[in-house]
This record gives sequence, structure tokens and C-alpha cells, in this order.
Amino acid sequence: MANAIATAHEHAHQHQFDDAEQQHSASSLGMWIFLAQEIMFFGGLFLAYLAYRTAYPHAFVTASHHLDVQLGTINTAVLITSSLTMALAVHSAQLGKQRLLLVFLVATLVLGGIFLGIKSVEYSHKFHEGLIPGPFFSVVSGDSGQQQLFFSLYFAMTGMHALHMIIGFVAILFLIVYTLRGKYTAAYNTPVELFGLYWHFVDIVWIFLFPLLYLFGRH
Amino acid sequence: MQAQESRTNYLNANYGIRSWLLTVDHKRIGLLYLGSVTFFFIIGGLFAGAIRLELLTPAGDLVESDTYNKLFTMHGIIMVFFFLIPSIPSVLGNFLIPIMIGARDLAFPRLNLLSWYIYLVGSSFTLYAMVTGGVDTGWTFYTPFSTSMSNTNVIPTALGIFINGFSSILTGLNFIVTIHRMRAPGLTWFRLPLFVWAHYATSLIMVLGTPVLAITIIMVGLERGFHLGIFDPALGGDPLLFQHLFWFYSHPAVYIMILPSMGVISEVITCFSRKRIFGYEFVAISSLAIAALGFLVWAHHMFVTGMSVYAAMIFSFLSFAVAIPSAVKVFNWTATLFKGSVSFEAPMIYALGFIGLFTIGGLTGLFLSSLGVDVHVTDTYFVVAHFHYIMVGGAIMGYMAGLHFWWPKISGRLYPEVWARIAAVIIFLGFNLTFFPQFVLGYMGMPRRYHAYPDEFQVLNVMSTAGASILGVGYLLPLIYFAWSMRYGPIASSNPWRAAGLEWQTPSPPPTENFEVTPIVTQEAYTYPVQEVTVG
Repeated sequence: MANAIATAHEHAHQHQFDDAEQQHSASSLGMWIFLAQEIMFFGGLFLAYLAYRTAYPHAFVTASHHLDVQLGTINTAVLITSSLTMALAVHSAQLGKQRLLLVFLVATLVLGGIFLGIKSVEYSHKFHEGLIPGPFFSVVSGDSGQQQLFFSLYFAMTGMHALHMIIGFVAILFLIVYTLRGKYTAAYNTPVELFGLYWHFVDIVWIFLFPLLYLFGRH
Repeated sequence: MQAQESRTNYLNANYGIRSWLLTVDHKRIGLLYLGSVTFFFIIGGLFAGAIRLELLTPAGDLVESDTYNKLFTMHGIIMVFFFLIPSIPSVLGNFLIPIMIGARDLAFPRLNLLSWYIYLVGSSFTLYAMVTGGVDTGWTFYTPFSTSMSNTNVIPTALGIFINGFSSILTGLNFIVTIHRMRAPGLTWFRLPLFVWAHYATSLIMVLGTPVLAITIIMVGLERGFHLGIFDPALGGDPLLFQHLFWFYSHPAVYIMILPSMGVISEVITCFSRKRIFGYEFVAISSLAIAALGFLVWAHHMFVTGMSVYAAMIFSFLSFAVAIPSAVKVFNWTATLFKGSVSFEAPMIYALGFIGLFTIGGLTGLFLSSLGVDVHVTDTYFVVAHFHYIMVGGAIMGYMAGLHFWWPKISGRLYPEVWARIAAVIIFLGFNLTFFPQFVLGYMGMPRRYHAYPDEFQVLNVMSTAGASILGVGYLLPLIYFAWSMRYGPIASSNPWRAAGLEWQTPSPPPTENFEVTPIVTQEAYTYPVQEVTVG
């Protein structure tokens, strides 16, 4: 009996922590610090965008007309909805409702998949229209070079964002597997909570990317 | 003695290669790092030796200029990214921070092991690039040379540095969370050892600076590999944007190298002066001030790029400002020595050497922050001498001080003190002979990064090369006697220096769990003099 209690106690937290509460607060702080470095990571790209947007406002507006606002808007809606389902997943996990947790995780996974699907359709359009920077860039105009800068940034920024989506997509798969195994309870659901923070962060990056790349300067 | 031999500690808790490669014990991971950074220190040192050998004579006779370009590039990359940045944090920080704060381990032990593997993967890419032809862009990777001109292995090298960055980020993250969340009962922020404060400040830079380098490397890679033209002037892109982004990380990176050393010096100076540190709070807060101000001075590397004169004046002012917290430390260490009962064990010789060399390095930094002087000495050996006084005279002296100071704790054995003192003096003399002439050379106008030079510079260059060989001998000695002491050194007691600090209250070497009972802290740091208490 005493042994069983000791084992249960050990499972509640790892050996370096005094109790589960300390473990949870450490993990949570760790995630916030990770997100801080993510902000700096994307910050470099946003800085480059800002510098060139200020230097070449006209070319950037012209180039942004090649982007598909309709698909971009749909994707924005898809992503915001996925943030909602993720928030509901965290909520369900905290209440210990494992079935609901599973439903919302799958919903988030599907919405994330739709976003990536639409994004790849957009990329293939750009490819066929000859908007990939480099030797095959097909825009012919006086400011073609500066428009290439816009598309370089477009692909770098949305590409890095998509990479974060793909990482998130894989992480949700893991969360789903562990949920099916009944690992997350009202007492222990830190991974779901922390992944929620990550997912919202990736969503917020898109909330900045969408107007900067698709909307500004279009009337 | 017999009891000490048979006591279970982190070294003899289990044996075999698996128990090391899969360990999550922060002390063992510290030793894994010790092995790997020593390896890279030797490689980087060999490149330096080749450089100094070429510069022995004015003619470019030992290697072609292209080869020379690769030599200084690879020397810089190896030393900066694979030795100096991980050295103190990953070896001593890893080993000591949990013990100093009375914790059983870092907050995320598996992440800690992952950092080491990331370091290995990153360094393998870079080593591969070097074995298959090397890279010649300088460690700074300036565009457009790195993106479109150089036909060397830029991509694999850059990929290695990119990957290695995550090791740095995760280590910093782990330290910050550990220091926030894992302190022993009673260990308030202002009771923390200054070593821990210094690592906290270092970790902030690692976490907030490194990702900017990462994205910059990605942009260079995309431009070189996929013709995305972010820095390409032909498209209207701005190569100077690269320099801004690069130095936004790479200047603070200098503080990643020097701050942990400063932490070591605070521990060593107090121990061998038998005194509480003078102005504890000022030394602690100055670490944070250096980290914060360090993010705002990057453009002093770019004064000759034609940037706006107003921006240049602001960056000049801020570069002067960062000297204030640095000077606070130097003055407080000196004041700690005042009326202390100072003794000159090997760690203390390194620490005193650090104070002198760091002061020279720091003051010449002020020359370089002055707009007029900087234009005169930009890209000369004056700059080379300045940053070697900081990185070698500062960072490595601190690393050596720390290795000696905590060696009894790490290995459970004493190193031979006489040899260690001899080595410390040799390193100090060899260092100054190597780099002081370079200040003069630079002031006289010898540019850096050329394999040939006019005849009148030869005397000073011969001095420098002679100094480098002395320095090499100085570094070889500790390698030998540390290895010797692991087997033959006398057994160390738990507190051979009679030092304050929690790490000296647990046996040498510590048990896997660090403490049998979590300590409760009731005192401030550095309560010297310490009564001798031997545990275990």
C-alpha cells in the first residue's frame, strides 16, 4: 500500500521537482520563454519587411495585388476557428472531459490541415504565374526587382509560418495519441495547455502576416 | 579516505557508455560538454597556430591567400560558436547552477541532454564543411559575398551554426526557468551567488538574441540556395540590413562570452580574499544592465558603412554607456581585494589576470566606440587585439579560473597546484606577448585578414607569433595535469578552498541527487571567513 502511494506520487511529477505544482509552473514559464524567442525569430523577418516596405511602398503595393485575398481571408477564418477549437480543447482537458478533448483536438488538426492545404494551393498558383523569385520571375516592369523582394519576403514569412504550422500539426497528432491513451486528466494536462499557447502564437503571427502581405495598400 | 572512495557519487553511480550518452544528470551533461568544447578549442587553436605561422614572415609564403581566408574564417567560427559561447554556461553553468541553488537538477533535464545532441549535430555540419574544403567568408558571413560571390561551403557551415543556435537557446531557457522556479527554501534573489546572476543575464541574451541570428542565417541560406533576394542589391535589397541583423545577435554574443566569466571571477575573488563581495547588489544588477545595454550597441561595428551620423552618435553614446556596468564590476572586485587576506592559488592568478586584461580590452573598446578613432582603426589589428583581450584575456581566463576552482568538486581530485600556477603565469605572459603588439600594429595601420604585410611590421609580428607559441604551451599544461589528476590527484575534501556557497556543502564529487537533504538557506552569499566543515 505504502509502495503504491509512493509510485503514484512519483508519477505525479519528475524527480527534480518538489511537487506537481512546481513542475507545472516551471513548464509554463518555459513555454512563455520559448514563445519570447519565437517573437525574436519572426521579428527579424518583420524588420526586413518593414525596411523594404518603407523603401519601396509602390512596388510592394503593386506586387501584393498578385496575392489572392479571397483565399487569404478564408485561411484567416480557418485559423481563427482552429484557435477557438484549441482553446475549447484546453478547457475540456482542464475539466477532465476526455471525449470532448479528443473531438476538439481532431477539429484543430483538421482546420490546421485545411489551412496548409489552401496555402499550398496558393503557392502552386504563384508558381504557375511565375512569381517565384529568381531566374524564372516573370513580372516585367521597371520595379521588377523590388517586386521580387516582396515575393522573397512573402515566401520567407509565410514559409516560416507554415513550417510552424506543420510542427504544430505533428504535435497535435501526438496529443491525440496520448489523449486516446487517457493520459490527460483534470489533474494533469500541462502538455495540452502549453501546446495551446504555441498554437495561439502561430495564429497571432498569421494575424499580422495577413494584413501586411495581402491587405495594406489595396482599396 | 576509504569511506570517500566507496561513497556513491555521480561519477560512479553507474558505468558504461550508455549511462553517459543517455544521462539526464546535469553534472554528467556538463562533462560531455567539457569534452566536446575542449575538442573544438584544440581545433580552433590549430587554425590560430597556422595563422600566426603564416604571419611570421612578411611574404605570403606558407599558404595561398585563399587558404589563409579559410584559416581565419574557420578559426573564428569554431572559437566563437563552438567553444566560447557554450564554454562556461554549458560546462560550469550546467554543473553548478542546480547545486548552487540547492536543486536536484535543472528544470528540464531531458531538454538539457537534447541541447548537447543539437550541439553535436550542428558542429558536425560545420566540421563536414571544413573537411570538404572549408569556408572563406569570415565568421561574419557578410553579404553579398556570402550569398553570391564565395564558392566555398557557406551553406553547410551556416546550417551548422543555425542548428547549434538551438542548443544555446534551450540551455538559456533551461537556466532561466531553473533559477526562477527551483531555488532552495530561503534562497532569495539577493542571496544568490553572483555566478548565478551572471548566468541569468547570459541566458536572457541567449534566448532573445540567438533567434535573430537564426532567422538571418535562414535568409542568407534562402538567398544563396533558392535565389530569394532579401539582401541582393541588384533587386534593391540592402546588404547593410544583413549587417544590422547579424550584429544585433553577434554583439550581444560577446556578452554571452564575457558575462559567465565575470560570474566566475566574483566567486573566485571573494574566496581568495576571504571577504564578502563589495557592493553585492551592484555587481548583480550590473550583469542585467550589461545584458540590456548590450542589445543596443550593435551598430558600432558599422560606423564606416555610411550610416546616418546621428545614428552613429547614439550608438557611440550607448557603447560608452555599457562601459559603466562593466566598470562597476571591475571597481567592486578591486574593492573586494582591499584589506582582504589575499592568497594566490591558481584560480586567483587567473582571476587577477582577468581583471587586468579585461580592463585593457574594455578601455580599448572605448577607443573603438569613439567615432573618429574607430574610422582610423576599423579592420586593423587594433580591433583584433581589442576583441582578443575580451574573448581570450577575459572569457578564457575566466573559464580557466572556473575550471581550476571547481575541479576538485567536479572530479573529486586536487590538481597539482604548483604546475597550475606556472601554467597560469605562462598563459598570462604568452597572451600579452601575442596580442599587445597587435594594438601597435593596428594603430600603425596593419589591416586584418591579409596573409602578407609590409616588412616594417615584421618585428611586432614575430613577437606576436612567439607569444602565441608560449600561449599554446600554457594551454597544453592544464590539459595534461587535469588528465593526470583524474587518476593520480590527491582526493579532494568537500570544501578544499574553505569557500562559501552551497556547492561546497555537498561531497566532492556530489551524489547524483546533489544533496541528501534539500538545504535551507538562512544567510546571504559570501559569508567569509568560512569555518572548515567536511562532508562525506
